[in-house]
Parts: sequence; C-alpha cells; structure tokens
Amino acid sequence: MDLFEYQGKQFFGSFGIAVSPGEVADTVDDAVAAADRLGYPVVVKAQVQVGGRGKAGGVKLAADTDEARTHAGDILGLDIKGHVVKRLWIEKASDIAEEYYASFTLDRAAKKHLGMLSAQGGVEIETVAESDPDAIAKIWIDPAKGLDDATLRDWVTAAKLNPQATEGAVELLGKLYTAFVDGDADLCEVNPLILTPEGRVHALDAKVTLDDNARFRHDWDEYEATQTRDEREEAAHAKGLQYVGLDGEVGVIANGAGLAMSTVDIVNQVGGSPANFLDIGGGANAEVMAGALEVINNDPKVKAIFINIFGGITKGEEVANGIVTALGRVQIDSPIVIRLDGTNAEQGREILSRHESETLISRPTMLDAARTVVELAKR
Amino acid sequence: MSIFVDENTKVVYQGLTGSQGRFYGLRNRDYGTQVVAGTNPKKAGEDVDGIPVYATVADAVAATGATASCIFIPAPGVKSAVMEAAEGGVKFIVVITEGVPAQDEAWFYNKVTDDFPDVRILGPNCPGIISPGKANIGITSGDIALAPQPGKPAVGIVSRSGTLTYQALYELKLQGIGVTTCVGIGGDPVPGTSFIDCLEAFEADDDTKAVMMIGEIGGSAEEQAAEFIAGKMTKPVSSYVAGVTAPPGKKMGHAGAIVSGGKGTAAAKMDALRAAGVKVGQNPTEAGELMVEIVESL
Repeated sequence: MDLFEYQGKQFFGSFGIAVSPGEVADTVDDAVAAADRLGYPVVVKAQVQVGGRGKAGGVKLAADTDEARTHAGDILGLDIKGHVVKRLWIEKASDIAEEYYASFTLDRAAKKHLGMLSAQGGVEIETVAESDPDAIAKIWIDPAKGLDDATLRDWVTAAKLNPQATEGAVELLGKLYTAFVDGDADLCEVNPLILTPEGRVHALDAKVTLDDNARFRHDWDEYEATQTRDEREEAAHAKGLQYVGLDGEVGVIANGAGLAMSTVDIVNQVGGSPANFLDIGGGANAEVMAGALEVINNDPKVKAIFINIFGGITKGEEVANGIVTALGRVQIDSPIVIRLDGTNAEQGREILSRHESETLISRPTMLDAARTVVELAKR
Repeated sequence: MSIFVDENTKVVYQGLTGSQGRFYGLRNRDYGTQVVAGTNPKKAGEDVDGIPVYATVADAVAATGATASCIFIPAPGVKSAVMEAAEGGVKFIVVITEGVPAQDEAWFYNKVTDDFPDVRILGPNCPGIISPGKANIGITSGDIALAPQPGKPAVGIVSRSGTLTYQALYELKLQGIGVTTCVGIGGDPVPGTSFIDCLEAFEADDDTKAVMMIGEIGGSAEEQAAEFIAGKMTKPVSSYVAGVTAPPGKKMGHAGAIVSGGKGTAAAKMDALRAAGVKVGQNPTEAGELMVEIVESL
C-alpha cells in the first residue's frame, strides 16, 4: 500500500523523524486557514501518488493569504498524469542549505536490507544512479542483526554529506531504519532530506510503501480509507479474490496466481485482450466461482469469459460441479469457455458436456480455449 | 535419487492439529511420507489419527528423530515457528503459509542462515516439495506426479508458482516422463530456497537428467538462475516465465510478482534464460513439449 506524502510524514512523525509542520486541507478555505495557522511562507502541495507533480504545477510557494488562496484554488482539481488532486498538504516552508537523498528497501537478490544515501538529493535517484553511481553510498544490512551506530556513521561519512549534517543525519537515518523495520514498510524514501542553514536535518518529502501482509499488527485504517481502487477491484477485494483490472474484453478466472498470469499471457498471445487478472485461489468450489463470475459479469467491457482451472487437490468433477452450480446462481451475459485439466479432468469435462451450449464451451487445452474465447469476444 | 527429501525424511507438522495441517498432514502420510509428529503447545500427549502431538519441535525431534518440519501455522506465528524448528534441530523447514510479512521473512531467513547454516528453509507461500514415490511434503496432489521410470531419463522441476507447478508435473506425467523431485520455491520476496539452490542440487543429482524451471515476473531470481545455468550447469533446462503481459506496478497475486521501474519483466527474464541456452516456452504447455524434446534427445 502506497501512502500519500502527508500520510508518509505522519508515519515518519510517529517514529520521531523530523518533518516540517503542516496540515491537510480538502478545500480552499481550509487550506487558507491552515496556512494562516502555520505562518508564512507556506508550501501548497498536491497529494497525489504520482511523480513529477512539481513540474505539473502541483507544488507552489505562498508568501501570504492571497497567494495561499490562489494556489490552493489552482491545485485542487488539477489533473496530474490522470490523478485528480482532491487533497492538499499545507506545509511551513523550510530554508534549504543542501538537499540529500535517503532510503531503505529490501534487496531481494541479496536477501538483505539496502540503505541508499546520496549528497545529490532533490532529483530522481535513478538519474543519479545512471549519471554518477559513485554518488550513492549503499549499505547492505543483515535484517537479523540490524543497523548499529558505527556502521551508520561510516555510511554517512561515505556519502560525503556536509560535515555539519553528520549528527542530524545519523540520528534521522537511525529512526528511518526503525520506521522501515518496525513499521513494516517495503520502502521508506526521503527525497529530499534537507540540511537547513541553521544546521538541522529533516525530511522534506516522504515516500512510504507499507507491506499489506503486516496489516494484522498495525492500525492502518486511516491509510486504507484513502486508497483509490478501481471499482471492479473493490468488489473483488470484498469477496476476498485477487483481482487486477486490465483494459480488454476477455474476462479471466483461474486458480493460482501463476496460472492466472499465464492465462492473461495466452489470451494476449492469440491476439485477444484480457479484461482482468483474477485468481480464485487453490480450490474452485461453487461459492468462490459464483463470486468470481459476479465480479466479471459486472464489468461492462467483458465480451467473453475464460475459466481456466487446473484441478490438483480439488478434483475435476468437483470443479465442474462448482462451475455448474455457480452458473445456476449467477445470470451471465457473456459466453464462457472453460478449460479444465488436472486430476479427474475427464470426469469433470463429462459433467460440463451435459451443460454445453453455444454460450458454454469446454476446450481441453489452454491454447484451444484461448483461441475460442478470443474469437467469441471479437464477434 | 532425489533432492532435499526422500523416503527417509521424517517430518514433524507444526500446526497438525489445525484444519489445514490435519488435512495435508494426513494426505502426505497417505502418500507414503514419514509423518512422525505434530506440535501444539496446548495439546502435547494427544494424537491426530495416530500421529503423536508434542509441545515443541525440540520435543518431537527428541522423541521421533524428525529431520524436517512442515509449517501450517497462520502468518502472524510463522516467524517464531521457523525459529522453533531451527532451534529444535530439524534441518529442512517447509513453510506453506501465505501472507507472511516481508520483514519477518527477511529476518528469519538471515537469522537461520547466520545461526544454523546447515538448515534449509523452503517457502514461505509455497506448495512444498515432492519426490514422487518417496515423499510429499506440502499441498501438492501426489497423484499428478509420476515417479522416475526404469530405463527412462527423469527430470527435476523448480517453480515459483503453485498451480503452474502442478501443471508441469501433470504434463510430464501425461508424456510418461518421471520426476526426481519437484520443488515449489514460492512467490514471496524472500524465498528460503532459490532457483539456484535447486539447480545446483539437480546438477549434482545423478538421476536428474534435465530440469524444468518455471518463473514469474518480479525481482531478478530468473536472471540470476540464467547466469548460473550458463556458467555452472551441464544439464539441459526448459523454462516458462509467467506474466509476459503484466502491467507495471501491479502485484499479480503473489507479493513478489510485480514489475517495478521497468525491472522484473518476463521478457527480460526469458531473454536472459535463452541467452543461457535454456529452451523457453511461450506457455506452460510449450515448456512441457520442449522438455519432451529434451528427454527424447538424451
């Protein structure tokens, strides 16, 4: 789950990381009131989960009430790369002496935590990595051992920050690592991390991705509430189905993430275009199947449905009976092509054959089924 | 031969008294796996259909000589269950549970590697491992797997995806190709056992003549595997990578299956594998057909 900047700053704040004071505002009046309380100058910042908002006019400095009103009015409702701004973060402006970059993430190849620190902040780290890779100081941390003070200091030294920033950076980065680990983040990134003319170090931006699997030990309700999901994804989510909305016309239902991905692939391969990725999990009982069909059926773009099931533990005849029962419960508008394989697939296909029609077709292989369903979708 | 597990592997099931643990524990026993014990701190002294339950893995190891553990504990308890298993003395820990926090898996993978270097973890979020005809630990359906056939070359399978693993086993069975061991390494960000660990073990196993490898989008495990295959493997490999058309930034079911910042795409993985001499199929069926060709040419 990706957090908005203001949520990232609240998250940082809860771990004692220094951030600029600020307030959230959803209307121009609220924005002006917040700015007046904070004291000028303030920065009016669009809250969107997309990069490049500064260039798109989504971040503006306001010297007084009038400017705050103008900027808030301009930015609210602004479309930034398809993301419409509905919320602002009004922040007390900071004097900046220098801008740095800092982040913690998991290096999957090394199976270690990776910390990156650079004296070149405020620009995209990918750009720095390409133009001047030596400007990024990296450390790999054994998650079972953690980050000790000596290693932290060596790392800060290696990044060649202004010596004035050393103490502040050591303190902030130590807390950032704690936030990353104890806060169950996949990513904690600060860009820029700033040094003020008075020698203080603090986080001017916050990019945080939380690990959905760790939800059980945190109170993330507030973050959850602001997540924007596609309506279809919302409906599937409520049924406990793994769903990703795509733009095509072939509805896809499969059991297992790999098989679902593979189904989306094969539909594309034979010239079709999938409407979604939907994984109903290992089993394929009538309950789950009916739920999945409802979700697909509610997608107006879907012209044909591809059910791709490999019976492992769930036997072919149980899968077939599940599909038949589900079809009895849900009125489906589009033709369905089923590929059923695996344990007792023959018995399953035999059951399906009794219900076959122009709109319910069974095919023995993935490729046959994909070709048939794509043809039907194009009709 | 097989890799990692065989008919001598004695397994303790952590969570045997739960519904999932019981179902699969008994199924695995029916397959012929030596299911010697279960654990539950509150039910020590009881049994599950004749399988004795102990309070801890250490107790189970002391009483039964268990060498492996299979974990069916809900995600919040997995971190301590893995440590209990390693400290309890088993050498192979299979974690079936899905939804384990990434920080937990990063922690226990490194903790076990640091403190118990001879212990191997498989998973989390994996279907388990089956050496057909010898042992089945996890949720794979035993009847879709064919044991090595006398006089015919057998192959090994390693996969990041559950259902595609079953698909691979089944297609090889239909073709009459036996499997030495099929390892599901799971789709999580920090898998205890990697492709390379399995490829290395298959390369060293005399009975395994070729390997089928099934990957998916996200991370760089397939690219690392390709490097290993190019440099260190003599046995032929066929492969398939799921998620060719996955949109960037979306998790495709598995926590690890995500294309981010243009990295981890299926196309890049397939290119790397092809460059390493691997026969790459466009779909699982094609990868199976390629394996048939490989086996026929051996």
